[in-house]
Amino acid sequence: MTIGAGTGTLLEVSGISVSFDGFKAINNLSFNIGPAELRAVIGPNGAGKTTFMDIVTGKTRPDEGTVRWGENYTNLLKRNEAQIARAGIGRKFQRPTVFEDQSVTDNLMMALKAARSPWKVLFWRAGGKDDARVAEIAAQVGLADQLPRKAGELSHGQKQWLEIGMLLAQEPKLLLVDEPAAGMTLAEREATTALLVDLARTRAVVVVEHDMEFVRRLNCRVTVLHEGSVLAEGSLDHVTADKRVIEVYLGR
Amino acid sequence: MRPGFLAKNPSVIWFLLILAIFTLTITLLSHAYGPGVISTSMVKTLGKTLCLCLIAIAMDLVWGYTGILSLGHFAFFGLGGYMIGMWLMYERTRDIVLASASDFPMTPQELQDAIGSQIFGVVGSSNLPAIWSFAGSLPMQLLLVVLVPGLLALVFGWLAFRSRVAGVYLSILTQAMTLALSLYLFQNESGLRGNNGLSGLQNIPGLSADQDHSSVWFLWASALALALGYLLAAAIVAGKFGSVMRGIRDDEARVRFLGYPVEGFKLFVFALTAVIAAIAGALYYPQAGIINPGEMAPIASIYLAVWVAIGGRGRLYGAVMGAFFVSIVSSWFTGGRVPDVPLGFYTIKWVDWWQVLLGLAFVLVTLLAPKGLSGLVDLIAGLRSPRRGGAPLGPDAGSLQQEEARE
Repeated sequence: MTIGAGTGTLLEVSGISVSFDGFKAINNLSFNIGPAELRAVIGPNGAGKTTFMDIVTGKTRPDEGTVRWGENYTNLLKRNEAQIARAGIGRKFQRPTVFEDQSVTDNLMMALKAARSPWKVLFWRAGGKDDARVAEIAAQVGLADQLPRKAGELSHGQKQWLEIGMLLAQEPKLLLVDEPAAGMTLAEREATTALLVDLARTRAVVVVEHDMEFVRRLNCRVTVLHEGSVLAEGSLDHVTADKRVIEVYLGR
Repeated sequence: MRPGFLAKNPSVIWFLLILAIFTLTITLLSHAYGPGVISTSMVKTLGKTLCLCLIAIAMDLVWGYTGILSLGHFAFFGLGGYMIGMWLMYERTRDIVLASASDFPMTPQELQDAIGSQIFGVVGSSNLPAIWSFAGSLPMQLLLVVLVPGLLALVFGWLAFRSRVAGVYLSILTQAMTLALSLYLFQNESGLRGNNGLSGLQNIPGLSADQDHSSVWFLWASALALALGYLLAAAIVAGKFGSVMRGIRDDEARVRFLGYPVEGFKLFVFALTAVIAAIAGALYYPQAGIINPGEMAPIASIYLAVWVAIGGRGRLYGAVMGAFFVSIVSSWFTGGRVPDVPLGFYTIKWVDWWQVLLGLAFVLVTLLAPKGLSGLVDLIAGLRSPRRGGAPLGPDAGSLQQEEARE
């Protein structure tokens, strides 16, 4: 398969490696995703899932390899976190990280797609359109009646939803979601699944998850990571039938 | 639909009202405009205190809102004072020289030399250094009040933030900056009269009014600057910029992943607050009458952090309350008017023990009342934050604990 401009690949990660103090966290890993695709990334602890996300979002620089983005085949390794986020990559962390000291509205307003430079932000005023958009997103994530509350007062599950709402407000082309279902009730999990599947219709979504049941419900292509590289890729049934995957997950 | 700026920030109206009443009361009780219940030196102290409140607002913006614990903002305050002090001293010396030589016409060069030897005789020199080139022009020196500290903050901030120096390392770096600046100015070669500093600043050239009147005018000017500074700061923190500032304070990495150039924001806030500090300094030193490099000693900037902490950081009126209260109490204790406490075996002299008291207050406030004095305002207004005990609300118990938290 040829990869590059115009072939429908949104993100192309190829041959990246990174080591921390001699420990190879990522080892010659390659990964591609199209513009409207849902992908689950699974793997045992220490498989390099989070480091992989760190590299794509610019938090960690790989020792070798390339990360290319979008139609213009942009080299993401030359960009910093903020520039990568502005290019259209949104990230949801494992623990809900919302700004607890600020209201739900303020959290969403901050995330809302708009100019990000200090001068522009200084003179930015929320218009009716922005209010409507915030209300719409809040309704979408079930926080419509929580807008004036401080984010710190929300329950754990609500914080998760708020963070997802903030991601929606950013209008990213690629969403990296780290364990979205952690700490959610069954009903919330189902709602999350539905939302992620829905989102993947218009953009790329990468879900990192431990929970196999959750991944099964996502019903998408699965990439299995192990010791910093891709062990298997395919449908969930395909990868769970793979001997090496069974070995990694169930122990030798 | 959308409530106005003042409606959303009732504290701004209260603040301006209290400041206006305060200024009016002092004016009507002063020597110049009233019975003279408040001495001129007290008017000056209060005017200076308002300037300290202004720099406290700057500190609150940079530390309380953005989380950058700068321990160098008094360097900018002092630089602002020096810049205006140069004009004050130059103009006054020029007037004196011209008056004493009114019989003989002087060439501009002779005049320049005479001013130079008057100002720099004390450090054994008679040449006006190049940095005094604009000292004869008030507009230029006023511009320098803003430009010199602003540019210093931009360069320093750019270097520090670009390398992602943060937290305690940044604090140390800012301390080093203010120490270096102070040590540099202590040298006679720095061109600002070394440890003598600039003096006689209370005499405003071209102003025939006496100190009784000019001190009240400076009080007004300080109050106006404080009001404008407060309005500006309140407008900044009320908007999205304020959201981003608080976001950077609470979770810098998260703000980055939202696409905001965190370093740019930090630099902006750092430079802006340096300029506010410089303006406060430019109003402070004409009231103090003298400025020397000791004013920029590292301890001054640490005091600034203490004021803001005691007042309650993250709230503008908290910073003002802290600076006002602590510096007024401080000048009361160190003024020698507080009676000593004889314990028989030891006599507590407040001049010495005040520092201990202040340190203790700082520790206690940090541990027990993180909102500081401004927490009292909450108490009066009936606001209470929920008791959370620091534990995050768990996944399932969250909805239950939330009920408690609402009380």
